[in-house]
Amino acid sequence: MSEILAHRTAAPILDMVHVSKVFNLNGRPIHALKDVNLQIQKGEFVCLIGASGCGKSTLLRIMGGFESVSNGVAKMYHTPIGEPGPDRGMVFQDYGLFPWLTVRQNIAFGPKQRGLPDAMLKQIADHYLHMVGLTKFADHFPSQLSGGMKQRVSIARALANDCEVLLMDEPFGALDALTREVLQQELLDIWAKTKLTVIFVTHAVEEAVLLADRVVVMTAGPGRVERDYRIPLERPRCITAPEFNRVRQELTEMLSSHVAHHAKAA
Amino acid sequence: MPPQPSASRVWMTTWLLPAVLPLLLLLAWDVAVRATGTMLVPSPQAVGLMLWDFAFGGIYDDAFSETLPTHWLQSMTRVYGAFALAALVGIPLGLVIGKNAAIRRFVDPTLQMLRPVPVTAWLPLSMIFFGVGPNAAIFLVFLGAFFPIVINTTFGVKSVEPRLFEAAAMLGCKGTSMFRQVVLPAAMPSIFNGLRLGHGIAWFLIVVGEMTGVPEGLGAAIMDGRMLSRTDVVIAGMVVIGFTGFVTDRLLVALNNRLLKWSPQHNV
Repeated sequence: MSEILAHRTAAPILDMVHVSKVFNLNGRPIHALKDVNLQIQKGEFVCLIGASGCGKSTLLRIMGGFESVSNGVAKMYHTPIGEPGPDRGMVFQDYGLFPWLTVRQNIAFGPKQRGLPDAMLKQIADHYLHMVGLTKFADHFPSQLSGGMKQRVSIARALANDCEVLLMDEPFGALDALTREVLQQELLDIWAKTKLTVIFVTHAVEEAVLLADRVVVMTAGPGRVERDYRIPLERPRCITAPEFNRVRQELTEMLSSHVAHHAKAA
Repeated sequence: MPPQPSASRVWMTTWLLPAVLPLLLLLAWDVAVRATGTMLVPSPQAVGLMLWDFAFGGIYDDAFSETLPTHWLQSMTRVYGAFALAALVGIPLGLVIGKNAAIRRFVDPTLQMLRPVPVTAWLPLSMIFFGVGPNAAIFLVFLGAFFPIVINTTFGVKSVEPRLFEAAAMLGCKGTSMFRQVVLPAAMPSIFNGLRLGHGIAWFLIVVGEMTGVPEGLGAAIMDGRMLSRTDVVIAGMVVIGFTGFVTDRLLVALNNRLLKWSPQHNV
Protein backbone atom coordinates (compact mmCIF):
# COMPACT_ATOMS: atom_id res chain seq x y z
CA MET A 1 0.00 0.00 0.00
CA SER A 2 2.76 2.40 0.98
CA GLU A 3 4.57 1.64 -2.31
CA ILE A 4 1.45 2.65 -4.25
CA LEU A 5 1.24 5.87 -2.24
CA ALA A 6 4.93 6.44 -2.84
CA HIS A 7 4.40 6.20 -6.61
CA ARG A 8 1.55 8.71 -6.39
CA THR A 9 3.88 11.31 -4.84
CA ALA A 10 4.48 14.08 -7.32
CA ALA A 11 7.71 13.85 -9.28
CA PRO A 12 10.09 16.67 -8.48
CA ILE A 13 9.65 19.54 -10.90
CA LEU A 14 13.42 19.66 -11.40
CA ASP A 15 15.59 16.62 -10.91
CA MET A 16 19.35 16.74 -11.30
CA VAL A 17 20.77 13.21 -11.34
CA HIS A 18 24.57 12.82 -11.19
CA VAL A 19 24.91 15.97 -13.27
CA SER A 20 28.43 16.79 -14.38
CA LYS A 21 29.63 19.51 -16.70
CA VAL A 22 33.09 19.85 -18.15
CA PHE A 23 34.14 22.89 -20.20
CA ASN A 24 37.14 22.93 -22.48
CA LEU A 25 39.20 26.06 -22.01
CA ASN A 26 42.26 26.29 -24.27
CA GLY A 27 42.53 22.53 -24.25
CA ARG A 28 42.31 22.26 -20.47
CA PRO A 29 39.19 20.69 -18.98
CA ILE A 30 37.32 22.77 -16.38
CA HIS A 31 35.09 20.70 -14.08
CA ALA A 32 32.34 23.24 -13.57
CA LEU A 33 30.06 20.64 -12.00
CA LYS A 34 30.77 17.16 -10.69
CA ASP A 35 28.12 14.65 -9.70
CA VAL A 36 25.43 17.09 -8.61
CA ASN A 37 22.27 15.50 -7.25
CA LEU A 38 19.44 17.88 -6.50
CA GLN A 39 15.66 17.61 -6.41
CA ILE A 40 13.39 20.63 -6.45
CA GLN A 41 9.72 20.27 -5.54
CA LYS A 42 7.01 22.30 -7.19
CA GLY A 43 6.40 25.65 -5.49
CA GLU A 44 9.71 25.77 -3.65
CA PHE A 45 11.88 28.86 -3.53
CA VAL A 46 15.43 27.56 -3.70
CA CYS A 47 18.60 29.64 -3.56
CA LEU A 48 21.84 28.40 -5.02
CA ILE A 49 24.59 30.10 -3.13
CA GLY A 50 28.36 29.92 -3.23
CA ALA A 51 31.52 31.76 -4.11
CA SER A 52 32.50 32.49 -7.72
CA GLY A 53 33.38 29.39 -9.67
CA CYS A 54 31.25 26.98 -7.68
CA GLY A 55 29.09 26.19 -10.67
CA LYS A 56 25.82 27.70 -9.46
CA SER A 57 25.23 29.67 -12.66
CA THR A 58 26.22 26.66 -14.73
CA LEU A 59 23.69 24.53 -12.88
CA LEU A 60 21.01 27.16 -13.42
CA ARG A 61 21.82 27.34 -17.12
CA ILE A 62 21.59 23.55 -17.37
CA MET A 63 18.13 23.76 -15.82
CA GLY A 64 17.27 26.42 -18.37
CA GLY A 65 18.54 24.35 -21.26
CA PHE A 66 21.28 26.80 -22.19
CA GLU A 67 24.01 24.26 -21.43
CA SER A 68 23.99 20.52 -21.94
CA VAL A 69 25.18 18.03 -19.35
CA SER A 70 28.46 16.23 -19.89
CA ASN A 71 27.28 13.36 -17.73
CA GLY A 72 24.12 12.44 -15.85
CA VAL A 73 20.60 13.66 -16.52
CA ALA A 74 18.82 16.94 -15.88
CA LYS A 75 15.07 16.37 -15.81
CA MET A 76 11.95 18.45 -15.57
CA TYR A 77 9.34 16.11 -14.11
CA HIS A 78 10.15 12.94 -16.01
CA THR A 79 11.54 14.42 -19.21
CA PRO A 80 15.18 15.27 -19.79
CA ILE A 81 15.68 18.97 -20.31
CA GLY A 82 16.37 19.86 -23.92
CA GLU A 83 16.40 23.34 -25.35
CA PRO A 84 15.42 26.56 -23.61
CA GLY A 85 11.69 27.10 -23.56
CA PRO A 86 8.85 29.14 -22.09
CA ASP A 87 8.17 26.61 -19.33
CA ARG A 88 11.46 27.62 -17.70
CA GLY A 89 11.57 31.42 -17.65
CA MET A 90 14.98 32.95 -17.11
CA VAL A 91 15.85 36.34 -15.67
CA PHE A 92 19.41 37.38 -16.48
CA GLN A 93 21.65 39.68 -14.49
CA ASP A 94 22.15 41.89 -17.56
CA TYR A 95 18.39 41.94 -18.29
CA GLY A 96 18.53 40.69 -21.90
CA LEU A 97 15.67 42.96 -22.98
CA PHE A 98 15.17 43.59 -26.71
CA PRO A 99 16.18 47.23 -27.11
CA TRP A 100 14.11 47.80 -30.26
CA LEU A 101 10.87 46.78 -28.56
CA THR A 102 8.89 48.79 -26.04
CA VAL A 103 8.25 47.46 -22.54
CA ARG A 104 4.86 46.21 -23.63
CA GLN A 105 6.24 44.53 -26.75
CA ASN A 106 9.00 42.89 -24.74
CA ILE A 107 6.47 41.40 -22.36
CA ALA A 108 4.24 40.28 -25.23
CA PHE A 109 7.16 38.67 -27.10
CA GLY A 110 6.71 35.20 -25.61
CA PRO A 111 2.93 35.00 -26.12
CA LYS A 112 3.44 36.39 -29.63
CA GLN A 113 5.62 33.40 -30.50
CA ARG A 114 2.66 31.18 -29.72
CA GLY A 115 0.59 33.06 -32.32
CA LEU A 116 -1.93 34.59 -29.95
CA PRO A 117 -4.18 37.32 -31.42
CA ASP A 118 -3.43 40.99 -30.73
CA ALA A 119 -6.32 41.44 -28.32
CA MET A 120 -4.98 38.64 -26.13
CA LEU A 121 -1.46 40.01 -26.35
CA LYS A 122 -2.67 43.37 -25.09
CA GLN A 123 -4.57 41.71 -22.25
CA ILE A 124 -1.60 39.62 -21.15
CA ALA A 125 0.80 42.55 -21.39
CA ASP A 126 -1.55 44.77 -19.38
CA HIS A 127 -1.87 42.13 -16.69
CA TYR A 128 1.84 41.69 -16.18
CA LEU A 129 2.58 45.40 -16.58
CA HIS A 130 0.24 45.93 -13.66
CA MET A 131 1.80 43.09 -11.69
CA VAL A 132 5.23 44.67 -11.80
CA GLY A 133 3.92 48.22 -11.55
CA LEU A 134 5.05 49.49 -14.93
CA THR A 135 1.73 50.34 -16.57
CA LYS A 136 2.80 53.95 -17.03
CA PHE A 137 5.94 52.91 -18.85
CA ALA A 138 4.34 50.51 -21.27
CA ASP A 139 5.47 52.41 -24.35
CA HIS A 140 8.97 53.28 -23.19
CA PHE A 141 12.08 51.67 -24.61
CA PRO A 142 14.52 49.77 -22.36
CA SER A 143 17.15 52.45 -22.89
CA GLN A 144 14.83 54.88 -21.10
CA LEU A 145 14.46 52.74 -17.99
CA SER A 146 16.46 52.39 -14.79
CA GLY A 147 18.09 49.08 -13.85
CA GLY A 148 15.35 48.17 -11.40
CA MET A 149 12.65 48.85 -13.97
CA LYS A 150 14.48 46.82 -16.57
CA GLN A 151 14.62 43.89 -14.22
CA ARG A 152 10.91 44.19 -13.54
CA VAL A 153 10.29 44.01 -17.28
CA SER A 154 12.53 40.96 -17.40
CA ILE A 155 10.49 39.26 -14.72
CA ALA A 156 7.18 40.22 -16.33
CA ARG A 157 8.43 38.95 -19.67
CA ALA A 158 9.25 35.52 -18.24
CA LEU A 159 6.01 35.29 -16.27
CA ALA A 160 3.88 36.30 -19.26
CA ASN A 161 4.68 32.91 -20.73
CA ASP A 162 3.02 31.09 -17.83
CA CYS A 163 6.33 29.52 -16.95
CA GLU A 164 6.29 26.82 -14.29
CA VAL A 165 9.82 27.52 -13.17
CA LEU A 166 11.47 30.92 -12.78
CA LEU A 167 15.24 30.78 -13.03
CA MET A 168 17.05 33.86 -11.78
CA ASP A 169 20.77 34.41 -12.25
CA GLU A 170 21.88 36.99 -9.67
CA PRO A 171 19.05 39.19 -10.92
CA PHE A 172 19.51 41.99 -8.41
CA GLY A 173 23.30 41.96 -8.43
CA ALA A 174 23.65 45.01 -10.65
CA LEU A 175 21.17 47.12 -8.71
CA ASP A 176 21.67 49.50 -5.81
CA ALA A 177 20.81 48.32 -2.31
CA LEU A 178 17.54 50.22 -2.03
CA THR A 179 16.15 49.02 -5.35
CA ARG A 180 17.30 45.52 -4.48
CA GLU A 181 15.29 45.52 -1.26
CA VAL A 182 12.16 46.72 -3.04
CA LEU A 183 12.49 44.11 -5.78
CA GLN A 184 13.13 41.33 -3.27
CA GLN A 185 9.81 42.10 -1.60
CA GLU A 186 8.03 42.37 -4.94
CA LEU A 187 9.47 39.03 -5.95
CA LEU A 188 8.21 37.42 -2.75
CA ASP A 189 4.77 38.93 -3.38
CA ILE A 190 4.72 37.59 -6.93
CA TRP A 191 5.88 34.18 -5.73
CA ALA A 192 3.16 34.04 -3.10
CA LYS A 193 0.53 35.00 -5.70
CA THR A 194 1.63 32.73 -8.53
CA LYS A 195 2.99 29.77 -6.51
CA LEU A 196 5.81 29.37 -9.03
CA THR A 197 8.93 27.37 -8.43
CA VAL A 198 11.86 29.77 -8.17
CA ILE A 199 15.54 28.91 -8.45
CA PHE A 200 17.56 31.94 -7.45
CA VAL A 201 21.33 32.19 -7.80
CA THR A 202 23.09 34.62 -5.51
CA HIS A 203 26.28 35.08 -3.59
CA ALA A 204 24.65 37.26 -0.94
CA VAL A 205 23.83 35.33 2.22
CA GLU A 206 21.30 37.86 3.49
CA GLU A 207 19.36 37.69 0.24
CA ALA A 208 19.25 33.90 0.41
CA VAL A 209 18.03 33.85 4.01
CA LEU A 210 15.37 36.43 3.20
CA LEU A 211 14.00 34.77 0.09
CA ALA A 212 14.53 31.04 0.15
CA ASP A 213 12.75 28.02 1.62
CA ARG A 214 15.89 26.10 0.99
CA VAL A 215 19.48 27.14 0.43
CA VAL A 216 21.78 24.90 -1.57
CA VAL A 217 25.38 25.72 -0.70
CA MET A 218 27.83 24.97 -3.48
CA THR A 219 31.62 24.95 -3.54
CA ALA A 220 34.16 25.06 -6.29
CA GLY A 221 37.02 22.79 -7.31
CA PRO A 222 35.10 20.94 -8.84
CA GLY A 223 31.65 22.51 -8.52
CA ARG A 224 29.39 20.45 -6.27
CA VAL A 225 26.65 20.66 -3.68
CA GLU A 226 28.08 20.93 -0.20
CA ARG A 227 24.97 21.46 1.91
CA ASP A 228 21.23 21.54 1.41
CA TYR A 229 19.94 23.73 4.17
CA ARG A 230 16.30 24.41 4.98
CA ILE A 231 15.69 27.90 6.32
CA PRO A 232 13.84 27.46 9.63
CA LEU A 233 12.17 30.87 9.60
CA GLU A 234 8.50 31.75 9.28
CA ARG A 235 7.36 34.20 6.65
CA PRO A 236 7.22 37.20 6.48
CA ARG A 237 10.86 37.42 7.48
CA CYS A 238 12.45 40.43 9.13
CA ILE A 239 16.11 41.02 8.41
CA THR A 240 16.66 42.75 11.72
CA ALA A 241 15.17 39.95 13.84
CA PRO A 242 17.61 37.95 16.01
CA GLU A 243 16.52 34.61 14.53
CA PHE A 244 17.23 35.93 11.06
CA ASN A 245 20.73 36.96 12.11
CA ARG A 246 21.36 33.60 13.75
CA VAL A 247 20.49 31.79 10.54
CA ARG A 248 22.50 34.25 8.52
CA GLN A 249 25.52 33.74 10.75
CA GLU A 250 25.22 29.97 10.51
CA LEU A 251 25.10 30.16 6.74
CA THR A 252 27.99 32.60 6.55
CA GLU A 253 30.13 30.29 8.65
CA MET A 254 29.23 27.40 6.41
CA LEU A 255 30.33 29.37 3.40
CA SER A 256 33.51 30.86 4.82
CA SER A 257 34.71 27.51 6.12
CA HIS A 258 34.57 26.29 2.54
CA VAL A 259 36.41 29.32 1.27
CA ALA A 260 39.11 28.88 3.91
CA HIS A 261 39.35 25.17 3.16
CA HIS A 262 39.59 25.85 -0.53
CA ALA A 263 42.23 28.53 0.05
CA LYS A 264 44.28 26.16 2.20
CA ALA A 265 44.07 23.40 -0.36
CA ALA A 266 45.12 25.74 -3.17
CA MET B 1 11.61 70.95 -14.46
CA PRO B 2 14.70 72.97 -15.46
CA PRO B 3 13.92 76.19 -17.38
CA GLN B 4 13.64 75.50 -21.10
CA PRO B 5 15.61 77.81 -23.38
CA SER B 6 13.44 80.48 -25.01
CA ALA B 7 12.27 80.05 -28.58
CA SER B 8 14.59 82.76 -29.87
CA ARG B 9 17.51 81.07 -28.13
CA VAL B 10 16.65 77.79 -29.82
CA TRP B 11 16.39 79.53 -33.21
CA MET B 12 19.78 81.13 -32.70
CA THR B 13 21.55 77.88 -31.85
CA THR B 14 19.81 75.89 -34.59
CA TRP B 15 20.12 78.35 -37.46
CA LEU B 16 22.21 81.41 -36.61
CA LEU B 17 25.20 79.81 -34.93
CA PRO B 18 25.91 77.21 -37.65
CA ALA B 19 25.67 79.96 -40.28
CA VAL B 20 28.42 82.06 -38.69
CA LEU B 21 31.40 80.04 -39.89
CA PRO B 22 30.27 79.70 -43.53
CA LEU B 23 29.54 83.44 -43.66
CA LEU B 24 32.97 84.21 -42.24
CA LEU B 25 34.57 81.92 -44.82
CA LEU B 26 32.64 83.66 -47.60
CA LEU B 27 33.86 87.00 -46.31
CA ALA B 28 37.45 85.76 -46.15
CA TRP B 29 37.15 84.45 -49.71
CA ASP B 30 35.83 87.76 -50.96
CA VAL B 31 38.56 89.73 -49.23
CA ALA B 32 41.26 87.38 -50.50
CA VAL B 33 40.15 87.67 -54.13
CA ARG B 34 39.92 91.44 -53.94
CA ALA B 35 43.21 91.86 -52.11
CA THR B 36 45.25 89.67 -54.43
CA GLY B 37 43.51 90.86 -57.59
CA THR B 38 43.68 87.32 -58.94
CA MET B 39 42.13 86.38 -62.26
CA LEU B 40 42.21 82.68 -61.52
CA VAL B 41 39.75 82.45 -58.65
CA PRO B 42 36.36 84.12 -59.00
CA SER B 43 34.89 86.15 -56.16
CA PRO B 44 31.87 84.88 -54.23
CA GLN B 45 29.68 87.34 -56.11
CA ALA B 46 30.85 86.01 -59.47
CA VAL B 47 30.05 82.48 -58.31
CA GLY B 48 26.71 83.67 -57.01
CA LEU B 49 25.85 85.22 -60.37
CA MET B 50 26.96 82.08 -62.13
CA LEU B 51 24.80 79.95 -59.84
CA TRP B 52 21.78 82.10 -60.64
CA ASP B 53 22.42 81.91 -64.32
CA PHE B 54 23.08 78.18 -64.03
CA ALA B 55 19.69 77.72 -62.43
CA PHE B 56 17.48 80.32 -64.02
CA GLY B 57 19.39 81.88 -66.90
CA GLY B 58 19.06 85.51 -67.95
CA ILE B 59 22.51 86.81 -67.04
CA TYR B 60 24.93 85.20 -69.43
CA ASP B 61 23.70 83.35 -72.42
CA ASP B 62 26.20 80.54 -72.64
CA ALA B 63 26.10 76.76 -72.77
CA PHE B 64 25.56 76.60 -69.03
CA SER B 65 22.57 78.92 -68.70
CA GLU B 66 19.52 77.38 -67.12
CA THR B 67 21.07 73.93 -67.35
CA LEU B 68 21.34 73.28 -63.62
CA PRO B 69 18.03 71.39 -63.31
CA THR B 70 19.06 68.98 -66.09
CA HIS B 71 22.54 68.40 -64.71
CA TRP B 72 21.23 68.08 -61.19
CA LEU B 73 18.56 65.59 -62.19
CA GLN B 74 21.04 63.45 -64.12
CA SER B 75 23.40 63.33 -61.18
CA MET B 76 20.60 62.59 -58.75
CA THR B 77 19.42 59.69 -60.89
CA ARG B 78 22.90 58.25 -61.09
CA VAL B 79 23.76 58.73 -57.42
CA TYR B 80 20.54 57.19 -56.21
CA GLY B 81 20.48 54.53 -58.89
CA ALA B 82 23.93 53.41 -57.88
CA PHE B 83 23.20 53.78 -54.19
CA ALA B 84 20.02 51.72 -54.47
CA LEU B 85 21.95 49.04 -56.34
CA ALA B 86 24.70 49.05 -53.73
CA ALA B 87 22.09 48.67 -50.98
CA LEU B 88 20.17 45.96 -52.85
CA VAL B 89 23.33 43.91 -53.32
CA GLY B 90 25.22 44.94 -50.22
CA ILE B 91 22.63 44.41 -47.50
CA PRO B 92 21.63 40.84 -48.36
CA LEU B 93 25.26 39.95 -48.96
CA GLY B 94 26.24 41.48 -45.63
CA LEU B 95 23.44 39.57 -43.89
CA VAL B 96 24.51 36.27 -45.38
CA ILE B 97 28.21 36.81 -44.67
CA GLY B 98 27.42 37.85 -41.11
CA LYS B 99 25.23 34.85 -40.49
CA ASN B 100 27.12 32.07 -42.22
CA ALA B 101 30.72 31.45 -41.18
CA ALA B 102 31.42 29.21 -44.17
CA ILE B 103 30.31 31.84 -46.66
CA ARG B 104 32.25 34.46 -44.75
CA ARG B 105 35.46 32.48 -45.04
CA PHE B 106 34.72 32.01 -48.71
CA VAL B 107 33.92 35.60 -49.64
CA ASP B 108 35.62 37.78 -47.06
CA PRO B 109 39.27 37.58 -48.23
CA THR B 110 38.23 38.66 -51.73
CA LEU B 111 36.22 41.56 -50.37
CA GLN B 112 39.08 42.68 -48.17
CA MET B 113 41.44 42.61 -51.13
CA LEU B 114 39.12 44.65 -53.34
CA ARG B 115 38.25 47.21 -50.69
CA PRO B 116 41.48 49.23 -50.55
CA VAL B 117 41.56 49.75 -54.32
CA PRO B 118 40.61 53.40 -54.91
CA VAL B 119 37.54 53.84 -57.07
CA THR B 120 39.45 56.11 -59.45
CA ALA B 121 41.69 53.16 -60.30
CA TRP B 122 38.61 51.36 -61.59
CA LEU B 123 37.87 54.08 -64.12
CA PRO B 124 39.64 52.59 -67.15
CA LEU B 125 38.24 49.09 -66.51
CA SER B 126 34.80 50.49 -65.95
CA MET B 127 34.86 52.19 -69.33
CA ILE B 128 36.01 48.97 -70.93
CA PHE B 129 33.18 47.00 -69.29
CA PHE B 130 30.40 49.53 -69.81
CA GLY B 131 31.62 51.71 -72.62
CA VAL B 132 31.39 55.45 -72.63
CA GLY B 133 28.32 56.76 -70.89
CA PRO B 134 26.34 56.76 -67.67
CA ASN B 135 26.59 53.04 -66.87
CA ALA B 136 30.30 53.30 -66.27
CA ALA B 137 29.62 56.21 -63.91
CA ILE B 138 26.94 54.25 -62.07
CA PHE B 139 29.33 51.33 -61.69
CA LEU B 140 31.97 53.51 -60.06
CA VAL B 141 29.54 55.11 -57.63
CA PHE B 142 28.15 51.63 -56.91
CA LEU B 143 31.62 50.37 -56.03
CA GLY B 144 32.20 53.25 -53.68
CA ALA B 145 28.91 52.84 -51.83
CA PHE B 146 28.97 49.04 -51.81
CA PHE B 147 31.82 48.38 -49.39
CA PRO B 148 30.69 50.41 -46.37
CA ILE B 149 27.21 48.93 -46.75
CA VAL B 150 28.41 45.32 -46.81
CA ILE B 151 30.95 45.76 -44.07
CA ASN B 152 28.62 47.57 -41.69
CA THR B 153 25.82 45.09 -42.34
CA THR B 154 28.14 42.16 -41.60
CA PHE B 155 29.32 43.89 -38.47
CA GLY B 156 25.73 44.52 -37.39
CA VAL B 157 24.82 40.86 -37.76
CA LYS B 158 27.92 39.57 -36.01
CA SER B 159 27.72 41.94 -33.09
CA VAL B 160 24.25 40.96 -31.89
CA GLU B 161 24.55 40.29 -28.16
CA PRO B 162 24.44 36.53 -27.53
CA ARG B 163 22.21 37.22 -24.55
CA LEU B 164 19.42 38.30 -26.89
CA PHE B 165 19.49 34.91 -28.60
CA GLU B 166 19.22 33.20 -25.22
CA ALA B 167 16.33 35.41 -24.21
CA ALA B 168 14.51 34.80 -27.50
CA ALA B 169 14.99 31.04 -27.25
CA MET B 170 13.74 31.07 -23.68
CA LEU B 171 10.64 32.93 -24.81
CA GLY B 172 9.86 30.30 -27.40
CA CYS B 173 11.33 31.84 -30.54
CA LYS B 174 12.24 29.07 -32.96
CA GLY B 175 15.51 29.02 -34.86
CA THR B 176 14.02 30.02 -38.19
CA SER B 177 12.28 33.18 -37.03
CA MET B 178 15.22 34.12 -34.82
CA PHE B 179 16.84 35.89 -37.78
CA ARG B 180 13.81 38.00 -38.63
CA GLN B 181 12.84 38.80 -35.05
CA VAL B 182 16.21 39.25 -33.38
CA VAL B 183 19.13 39.57 -35.80
CA LEU B 184 17.56 41.98 -38.26
CA PRO B 185 16.25 44.55 -35.77
CA ALA B 186 19.42 44.30 -33.69
CA ALA B 187 21.57 44.90 -36.78
CA MET B 188 19.51 47.85 -38.02
CA PRO B 189 21.62 50.64 -36.47
CA SER B 190 24.76 49.27 -38.09
CA ILE B 191 23.01 48.74 -41.40
CA PHE B 192 21.81 52.31 -41.28
CA ASN B 193 25.30 53.51 -40.51
CA GLY B 194 26.55 51.66 -43.53
CA LEU B 195 23.83 53.22 -45.68
CA ARG B 196 24.67 56.68 -44.44
CA LEU B 197 28.37 56.22 -45.15
CA GLY B 198 27.65 54.71 -48.56
CA HIS B 199 25.30 57.55 -49.40
CA GLY B 200 27.91 60.16 -48.55
CA ILE B 201 30.54 58.36 -50.59
CA ALA B 202 28.14 58.12 -53.53
CA TRP B 203 27.84 61.91 -53.69
CA PHE B 204 31.53 62.25 -53.15
CA LEU B 205 32.27 60.03 -56.13
CA ILE B 206 29.81 61.47 -58.62
CA VAL B 207 32.43 63.79 -60.07
CA VAL B 208 34.80 60.89 -60.69
CA GLY B 209 31.96 58.83 -62.02
CA GLU B 210 30.92 61.45 -64.48
CA MET B 211 34.41 61.74 -65.93
CA THR B 212 33.56 58.70 -67.99
CA GLY B 213 32.26 60.79 -70.86
CA VAL B 214 28.69 61.64 -70.01
CA PRO B 215 27.35 64.85 -71.53
CA GLU B 216 25.22 65.85 -68.58
CA GLY B 217 25.56 65.81 -64.83
CA LEU B 218 27.08 67.97 -62.11
CA GLY B 219 30.43 66.22 -62.37
CA ALA B 220 30.38 66.56 -66.16
CA ALA B 221 29.55 70.27 -65.83
CA ILE B 222 32.47 70.72 -63.44
CA MET B 223 34.83 69.00 -65.86
CA ASP B 224 33.52 71.12 -68.78
CA GLY B 225 33.98 74.23 -66.70
CA ARG B 226 37.54 73.17 -65.95
CA MET B 227 38.35 72.64 -69.60
CA LEU B 228 36.90 76.03 -70.54
CA SER B 229 38.73 77.72 -67.64
CA ARG B 230 35.37 78.66 -66.18
CA THR B 231 36.37 78.34 -62.53
CA ASP B 232 33.09 79.95 -61.52
CA VAL B 233 31.28 76.99 -63.06
CA VAL B 234 33.55 74.60 -61.21
CA ILE B 235 32.88 76.25 -57.88
CA ALA B 236 29.16 76.56 -58.61
CA GLY B 237 29.06 72.84 -59.29
CA MET B 238 30.90 72.13 -56.05
CA VAL B 239 28.42 74.27 -54.13
CA VAL B 240 25.45 72.42 -55.58
CA ILE B 241 26.97 68.99 -54.87
CA GLY B 242 27.93 70.00 -51.34
CA PHE B 243 24.51 71.45 -50.60
CA THR B 244 22.58 68.53 -52.04
CA GLY B 245 24.79 66.03 -50.23
CA PHE B 246 24.26 67.90 -46.99
CA VAL B 247 20.49 68.12 -47.28
CA THR B 248 20.09 64.48 -48.29
CA ASP B 249 22.33 63.37 -45.46
CA ARG B 250 20.22 65.34 -42.98
CA LEU B 251 17.13 63.66 -44.41
CA LEU B 252 18.74 60.26 -43.88
CA VAL B 253 19.61 61.19 -40.31
CA ALA B 254 16.06 62.33 -39.67
CA LEU B 255 14.79 59.02 -41.05
CA ASN B 256 17.25 57.19 -38.83
CA ASN B 257 16.07 59.10 -35.79
CA ARG B 258 12.46 58.27 -36.51
CA LEU B 259 12.85 54.59 -37.27
CA LEU B 260 15.57 53.81 -34.78
CA LYS B 261 14.64 56.03 -31.88
CA TRP B 262 15.19 53.14 -29.49
CA SER B 263 18.88 53.02 -30.27
CA PRO B 264 21.34 54.88 -28.06
CA GLN B 265 23.22 55.85 -31.22
CA HIS B 266 20.49 58.01 -32.65
CA ASN B 267 20.34 61.79 -32.71
CA VAL B 268 23.69 62.11 -34.41
